[in-house]
Amino acid sequence: MVSVTDTETTSAVAEPRIRQKAMGMPVHHMAIFVMLLAAGIVAPFMLYPVFVMKVLCFALFACAFNLLLGFGGLLSFGHAAYFGSASYVAAHAAKVWGLSPELAILTGTATAAVLGLAFGSLAIRRQGIYFAMVTLAFAQMVFFFALQAPFTGGEDGIQGVPRNPLLGFIDISSHMSLYWLVLGITFGGLLVIYRIIHSPFGQVLKAIRENEPRAISLGYRVNRYKLTVFVISAALAGLAGSTKAFVFQLASLTDVHWSMSGEVVLMTLLGGMGTVFGPIVGAAVIVTMQNYLATFGAWVTIVQGIVFVICVMLFREGIIGVLSKLIKKPL
Amino acid sequence: MFELLGIPPQALFGQLLLGLINGSFYAMLSLGLAIIFGLLNIINFTHGAQYMLGAFVAWMLLNYLGIGYWWALLLVPIAVGATGIIIERLLISRLYHLDHLYGLLLTFGLALIMQGLLRNEYGISGLPYGIPAELAGGTNLGFMFLPNYRGWVVIASLIVCLGTWFVIEKTRLGAYLRAATENPTLVGAFGINVPLMITLTYGFGVALAGFAGVLAAPIYSVNPNMGADLIIVVFAVVVIGGMGSILGSVLTGFGLGLVEGLTRVFYPEGSAVVIFVIMAIVLMIKPAGLFGRTA
Amino acid sequence: MKLKTILLGSIAAAVFAAPAYAVDIKIGVMNDRSGIYADIAGEGSVVAARMAVEDFDAESKDINVEIVSADHQNKPDVGSTIARQWYDTENVDVIVDVPTSSVALAINDITRESDKVFLNSGAATSDLTGSACSPNTIHWTYDTWQLANGTGRAVVENGGDSWFFVTADYAFGHALERDTSAVVEGAGGTIVGTVRTPFPGTDFSSFLLQAQSSGAKVIGLANAGGDTINSIKQASEFGITQGGQSLAGLLVFINDIHALGLDVAQGLLLTSSFYWDLNDQTREWSARFEEETGKKPSMVQAGVYSSILHYLKAVEAVGDKTSQDVVAKMKELPTDDPLFGKGEIRADGRKIHDSYLFRVKTPEESKGPWDYYETVSTTPAAQAFRPLEDGGCSLVE
Repeated sequence: MVSVTDTETTSAVAEPRIRQKAMGMPVHHMAIFVMLLAAGIVAPFMLYPVFVMKVLCFALFACAFNLLLGFGGLLSFGHAAYFGSASYVAAHAAKVWGLSPELAILTGTATAAVLGLAFGSLAIRRQGIYFAMVTLAFAQMVFFFALQAPFTGGEDGIQGVPRNPLLGFIDISSHMSLYWLVLGITFGGLLVIYRIIHSPFGQVLKAIRENEPRAISLGYRVNRYKLTVFVISAALAGLAGSTKAFVFQLASLTDVHWSMSGEVVLMTLLGGMGTVFGPIVGAAVIVTMQNYLATFGAWVTIVQGIVFVICVMLFREGIIGVLSKLIKKPL
Repeated sequence: MFELLGIPPQALFGQLLLGLINGSFYAMLSLGLAIIFGLLNIINFTHGAQYMLGAFVAWMLLNYLGIGYWWALLLVPIAVGATGIIIERLLISRLYHLDHLYGLLLTFGLALIMQGLLRNEYGISGLPYGIPAELAGGTNLGFMFLPNYRGWVVIASLIVCLGTWFVIEKTRLGAYLRAATENPTLVGAFGINVPLMITLTYGFGVALAGFAGVLAAPIYSVNPNMGADLIIVVFAVVVIGGMGSILGSVLTGFGLGLVEGLTRVFYPEGSAVVIFVIMAIVLMIKPAGLFGRTA
Repeated sequence: MKLKTILLGSIAAAVFAAPAYAVDIKIGVMNDRSGIYADIAGEGSVVAARMAVEDFDAESKDINVEIVSADHQNKPDVGSTIARQWYDTENVDVIVDVPTSSVALAINDITRESDKVFLNSGAATSDLTGSACSPNTIHWTYDTWQLANGTGRAVVENGGDSWFFVTADYAFGHALERDTSAVVEGAGGTIVGTVRTPFPGTDFSSFLLQAQSSGAKVIGLANAGGDTINSIKQASEFGITQGGQSLAGLLVFINDIHALGLDVAQGLLLTSSFYWDLNDQTREWSARFEEETGKKPSMVQAGVYSSILHYLKAVEAVGDKTSQDVVAKMKELPTDDPLFGKGEIRADGRKIHDSYLFRVKTPEESKGPWDYYETVSTTPAAQAFRPLEDGGCSLVE
């Protein structure tokens, strides 16, 4: 507090805000996290566990993507590259090298981070639309690599990924036991993202998103920040991809294809970009939709396209964005 | 007989010529993208789908109305351009006040819809579209057998690209266009209907994609996905060239076609990624692109 | 109101379900209904499955059959989610068709885990009866080894002894090329050269010119789907077949020829397990199929029909649907149906039957739509598929 007058005017506002915080987050965020966790615990008993795990993996993927788009203001159109390559590496590590799941997942995540560093350092040289096109082009390179490299099995993918015991002694071979691991990873990932958003680093990111020249003039090394958030986002996308390899026990070209990059953009947009919880909702809606439309062939693509158009034209804040406006609290 | 890098020169010329043909498509598509970007500041993700639509409309004209290739070459760009104008008026025009990324997302969604609808209707195996009788057969050039139709593709695309360049750089209309790219408000103040010009420009860019689609129909499989993979390569072409100049994007298109053609001879496995690799190199050396202006 | 519905319901149940069947079977037809294999499998496979149930006359044999279907969109994760749901919660007993090797291999694993039955007709990979073979899986119609062998051997024997490969640069293309090369060299032919093409590709002209200038008698297309269509289309444009070279497609379906048109496809050599115009029985069945779908059947759709017919015969013979027993019975009973004739299922799960090398007719030779093939040679069942001991299948002692 700098001066007396300052404390007097702000204390009335600041006081209740401090009281509302629990464990470093606003109460309503805390409540949502608890509710999400509760829903995550109940869900596998109500719904098909593999389906719920798929939703969880995509929720983490979308949140990682949102960290880059919603908070960094960078639209990557090639996030499937990190998701998919991590999924391949984790699957290969578990199947061929015989690593335990936690090590395989870490290897996959690290691969995505390294890839993110390489592509990110080039891509951030361009802004806006160019940035999107560059990331898309790099992702296409990864796709071709995955198609041709001997270890990925071409269009067969890597099949029959073993669910070896976690840490060498915890059995995860059944859907239910694996489920708790996936829930743990997703939830952990979400908390990390939440922490980043609300850290000083996250604040600088938002400043860059809002006004880049201003942030530069304030002395921030903007490109360092951009690259860091790019790598974090790629690594978390990789975490989601590696986990997915164990859920489906396979890694395939679908995970690195550009349509996957498009899907994650859609999930984020639909849920509400720049919101904390939006991408989770977006992922749940899109995965459910794909599941129900699976029998209708190309309608999946058409409906996704229509949702895209509607979101952009009428619904730019997304589901959670609109909700957040209604209750006048950031979500 | 001497050899050049282990390849007989005849074969090399042949391959270069084929590269030029592919380059024609890159040039036409990246030209359309550049024109649209110049005035609307959006990346038209639908471009690939509109190229595909061009091929499909040509097929429909032939099979439902009995209208042949030559008329299709004229009618299809008009039809596809008209759909573009509708899209611009109804949807894109409402996004100009927003971040350009929304334009990208909107056109991506539209591309998905177009591809999905045609896939539902016509399946994916591809539809047959014959080479017009006037251009059937080929000519022996000494170093290769060049199908007449491929020769025509290069000529047609050169005419279209140079014609577009001439209109934009050398005519009064082009001058308005270039001025509107620089400062739309000022041009509007001079009494020029800028929104109309924007709409027509989008229509024209899209018509170029439709024209390329008709040219492609007789030689490539006409199927709903034909534009989807191509457009990503064209994006890379655009990044390499930079979208600052019309001639630049045309030259980059043809040039990269040649480079790709050479890769197909010397290292065929790499021909799918060569353009992306060049893109990475250009980004490292000259981030604004070969012909781009630094922002 | 509620009581009324319940009453009505129970009456209906009493009336309609009265002949409580000895066995209830649920068949899941899973394939591509929107992507590149929608024409060769798709809805046509569901029609074929229904025809098999009708022709078997399941009702009168005290077997109740229900058919469900789904689109796996050629994505292994979509396919495996559907398969798990079918097996775990919807009591599906047998999954049939499943084109696309990646999805087929995934379903193969899941079926074994869940101890159900998998009758594959649509996928090409010979791993299904090799390193990935399973006591629950039968691979019915064709596989990469058969295609490579059928085309390679027969073409060399007919004088096409020097080959150039245009190979799609991914695992599937490499496998086709490797298998075919071995067969060609084994039969006394030579491989002049090979070029790896990016997958998926649109422009093949440059690779075709390399093939042309190699002087090989036969250009082998080790690719599939859109790649094959584009390369055949462009080969005709560059006058390659007129120059005296022949094209051999290693994986071509009749629907591809239909899409290409005879003008372009004429002279192409290809291997298939089935053609609608082979004999009176195939013609009769195909005419019925065409009435329902408007198209002649592909070999994949024919395989769906034939595999379900044989499965139901085995269920009837066993008297229940215990997966392992039924599959064992299927392997024990000789197969016999109007489409593939007499044959058998080997210990590794491979169904064997004759394999044909066809040449695509010229427009003048063809009498109308779908009259596309003339038979060049027939490989008898015993030699058409990979020898049992070479596959590395763990079920073979």
